[in-house]
Amino acid sequence: MSTLTGTDLQHAVEDAAAHLYVWALKDIPQDLRDALAAATARETSVTGQRVLQTINRNVNIADEEKNLVCQDTGIAVYTCRVGEHFPLHPTRIYEALRDGTARATVEHPLRSNAVHTLTRENTGPNIGHRLPIVHWEFIPDWDGLDVKCVPKGSGSENMSFLKMCIPADGVKGIKQFVLESIVGAGGKPCPPGIVGVGIGGTADYAMYLAKEAITRPVGTRNPDPLVAQLEDELYGLLNETGIGPMGLGGDVTVLQCHIEHADTHMTLNPVAVNYQCWAARRASVHVDAQGNLDYDREF
Amino acid sequence: MAKHEVTFPIADPAEIMKLRAGDEVTVQGHIIGIRDRTQIRIFDQGVEPPMNLRGAFLLHTAPNVRKVSEDAEGRGTYEKICIGTTTSARMVRFTEPLGEQYGVRAICGKGGFPDEAIEPMRRLGMVYFAIVGGAAALETTQIEEIEEVMWEELMPECLWKFRVKDFGPLTVGIDAHGNSLYHDVQESAQEKLKELFARL
Repeated sequence: MSTLTGTDLQHAVEDAAAHLYVWALKDIPQDLRDALAAATARETSVTGQRVLQTINRNVNIADEEKNLVCQDTGIAVYTCRVGEHFPLHPTRIYEALRDGTARATVEHPLRSNAVHTLTRENTGPNIGHRLPIVHWEFIPDWDGLDVKCVPKGSGSENMSFLKMCIPADGVKGIKQFVLESIVGAGGKPCPPGIVGVGIGGTADYAMYLAKEAITRPVGTRNPDPLVAQLEDELYGLLNETGIGPMGLGGDVTVLQCHIEHADTHMTLNPVAVNYQCWAARRASVHVDAQGNLDYDREF
Repeated sequence: MAKHEVTFPIADPAEIMKLRAGDEVTVQGHIIGIRDRTQIRIFDQGVEPPMNLRGAFLLHTAPNVRKVSEDAEGRGTYEKICIGTTTSARMVRFTEPLGEQYGVRAICGKGGFPDEAIEPMRRLGMVYFAIVGGAAALETTQIEEIEEVMWEELMPECLWKFRVKDFGPLTVGIDAHGNSLYHDVQESAQEKLKELFARL
């Protein structure tokens, strides 16, 4: 039996990150392709059809030319599920994700979007202070690692909204805030996309949950039946607003509404909205304790 | 909703007047790529753009490119990798001076301009073209060549001159007659919201 060193495993994770970033940008997942096809089948407006047909044509051209679906290479966001017994510490996993992001940016090459927030000077190949961004989850009694890369475009990220509703606003207040946010966003976040909603927790955690919500496969439902019911209801209501593809009017305003929730304080009722554009790019890998990579795995 | 083919820079401004909100347009000729920092340099820092913008079609972009060579003065030649379009609303305040001072006739981006663009576009005979945001793989195939790049130090927010073929389909989002699809969609959506809220 050969001995795997920590360095080998770190290289494997770095390779995976470099591959995931480019793969996500070029090849959108099947569940998203299906959602776009279903949207095209039910859109009745002339401008909406023009937009959706162009989107489908674009996805096919990206496949044929092996090009990026969208020019915005985004901000690299990763979600990691780390097993308790995975033999590489998260500090080294983070280094590997950062180095993989930078390597893919330089080697492809990809447009680098990372800048210092105050000086606006570029900080490196899509890396910088606290970039990339990683969401962590730790899994007991397991020795694997799941990594999902979600390059997040800025047009949709700019359409993020938070409201500290009060308990007396109830669920109605949550629904109203989501609806007015998406109507107010109009065509700017590249609709029809995925509306991520985070409810409960604290202000920061609600937005964190909204981001988690947009990383789920399109059309999956929250395991909590009450939350799943709210997802169904908001999905229906959002598509009655008439904003339409690219905000030019039509039947399809959103592809889905996903909600994540946390319990909260008795005086709090936070609701956060994070929008994911129609080019809802994501790609995943499973890394086992020996450093073997399985790119087909979705979670 | 009519279909049009228009060549830029536009020779006869009367052609702009034929375009109505909702119409489909395909563009030929040359278009100029521009973004936030490019326009901040022109209007906030008062630096004259080193390209003629009269009759021009401006695209809100910041492309992925590869530098292929450099001349004796250090000016680069670039080939395209992936060229797409960014959100226009951030740049709405430049609409009036672009038309008034430089004679720009068309601005193309995604997501639309807020209502403050409607009056200057009507007065100056300008249109806003809506492209499909995110559809960059297709857009890249319609850009034949990057002919010129100025202000390379602002990379990727330089001034770009592209030669295009069958660029589109674009939708006239705001026409030169005071009509805006964005205004109309927002107005009816706000009405609809009242109805939806009443049902909650």
